[in-house]
Amino acid sequence: MKRIKLLSLQILVMLVFLAVWHVVTTTSLFGDVKTMQFFFSTPTAVLTRTFKQLTSGDIYWHLGITLTETVLAFVIGSAAGILFGFAFARRELLSAVFDPYIKAANALPRVVLAPIFALWFGLGIWSKVALGFTLVFFIVFFNVYQGVREVSPTILANARMLGMNERQLFKHVYWPSALTWMFSSLHTSVGFALVGAVVGEYLGSSAGLGYKIHEAESVFDVTGVFSGMLILAIFVIVIDTLVTLVEKRLLVWRPVQSSTTVA
Amino acid sequence: MELQDCPPDEAGAGAHARGEPAVALGGIDITFHLADGGRYQAVKGIDLKVFPGEFVSIVGPTGCGKSTLLNAAAGLLAPSTGRVDIFGKPLVGLNRRAGYLFQQDALMPWKTALENVKVALEPMGVSDKEAGERAREWLARVGLRSFVDRYPHMLSGGQRKRVSLAQMLIRNPEILLMDEPFGPLDAQTRQIMGNLLLDLWSRDRKALMFVTHDLEEAIALSDRVVVMSAGPAAGIVADYKVTLPRPRDIADIRLEKAFHEIHRDIWTSLKVEVQKAYAMGEGRELVGGDAA
Repeated sequence: MKRIKLLSLQILVMLVFLAVWHVVTTTSLFGDVKTMQFFFSTPTAVLTRTFKQLTSGDIYWHLGITLTETVLAFVIGSAAGILFGFAFARRELLSAVFDPYIKAANALPRVVLAPIFALWFGLGIWSKVALGFTLVFFIVFFNVYQGVREVSPTILANARMLGMNERQLFKHVYWPSALTWMFSSLHTSVGFALVGAVVGEYLGSSAGLGYKIHEAESVFDVTGVFSGMLILAIFVIVIDTLVTLVEKRLLVWRPVQSSTTVA
Repeated sequence: MELQDCPPDEAGAGAHARGEPAVALGGIDITFHLADGGRYQAVKGIDLKVFPGEFVSIVGPTGCGKSTLLNAAAGLLAPSTGRVDIFGKPLVGLNRRAGYLFQQDALMPWKTALENVKVALEPMGVSDKEAGERAREWLARVGLRSFVDRYPHMLSGGQRKRVSLAQMLIRNPEILLMDEPFGPLDAQTRQIMGNLLLDLWSRDRKALMFVTHDLEEAIALSDRVVVMSAGPAAGIVADYKVTLPRPRDIADIRLEKAFHEIHRDIWTSLKVEVQKAYAMGEGRELVGGDAA
């Protein structure tokens, strides 16, 4: 009962939004209809365009490119984050020496790197992967670092008393603990991998969702921009749902499921 | 010392076997360096021997360094001065012949009860299949047959302690160290756990050092009760033999006259220390709160 009520309220919000949009852009209440449509398009036009795009094959090729970049950025960024997170957490000196540099690098707005990456890696997918990497790396790095450092001393002492050597401690204690922290930030890091891909495409490329939006923007095709954004939103919801499924599967031992839905 | 090469299993076979002590603490001083640069001497001049087959409880006021002593016997903490001998050999690094039952939850939360017990056999090179079978057996022995696939957060405090007990005992250590293991449990669960412990221990009678602040629990379980003075620089003030017959039921034994007599005896020496600890209470909390 509660679920149905919630769902109908959620749908109601969407309908009100669409209705207001429709009234604003198809009546002369708020100004000239032509001008309003130039700036805001209309919900029917956007939906029609989106439907058309989703039924023609072309958009899936662009989605495929964006997905590839996202996945590559996430996988490479996570792998590097895990590696460095472990190294820094286990080597006191290393983390002490590099601490200011890591903080400085993390404070840097990554968008400014996009043109440099385009210069270094070209306009293909790798400059977008690089941008996504710089975003994902730090999230995973900090979480793994924290995960290794914050292993309960009792669990560690107990594992030692059970006779575990360094390799076994890693396998049974440090690794699961670090993974827990990493998975708790899975939504954020996957989201950032996607942000890196789309922003990279937007700033310079010849394929992908960001490119499609940019292309529409450059000819003042507002309908195309909104339609691109809608497809991007649907894409994000699908990915986020998949991440939630993976998370539920992997963190089955945790008492509370803390899954944040971006939708 | 001539017993040095004698296998400890044989030495511990008889209930009253003496011979070489399983744990011998000689002139132990332990000083902590505090974060603010100060020092806190937790224990001073401790001499204590625990023989195979002996159940020894250590009681004392809070913060007197009972756990510190246990950590020294486990090799988790190196004493500042003095020596720790395990079956006649000086202890270097961790005590590989001991099992440790912690007061806090020490189970790996990402492993099920079965996996937690099973993993204890991995360092010993037991095959996965055999480890699984033995872990199931042990979980059944501690009364958790139908809880093998539960994760720690799905178990009650008492059940988690049972898993920890199985995890420790499955390795068959020759020395058992327990640091207020039943501290966080409610009174009834403590009694049940106490009886379970006695039942498991009496099968092969390992040397057991049991730290508790509960004198009744100590008497009901042990062969010997060691009383420590209030910290800082805590020492051993008394060492009592408990001659109550075994097997015991720790709920029933509290009603017996002999129990009351020995309780009165030990309490007279413990009371003084507890009062001292209270008197120093606030000052000590500030410097040595974590030296408990």
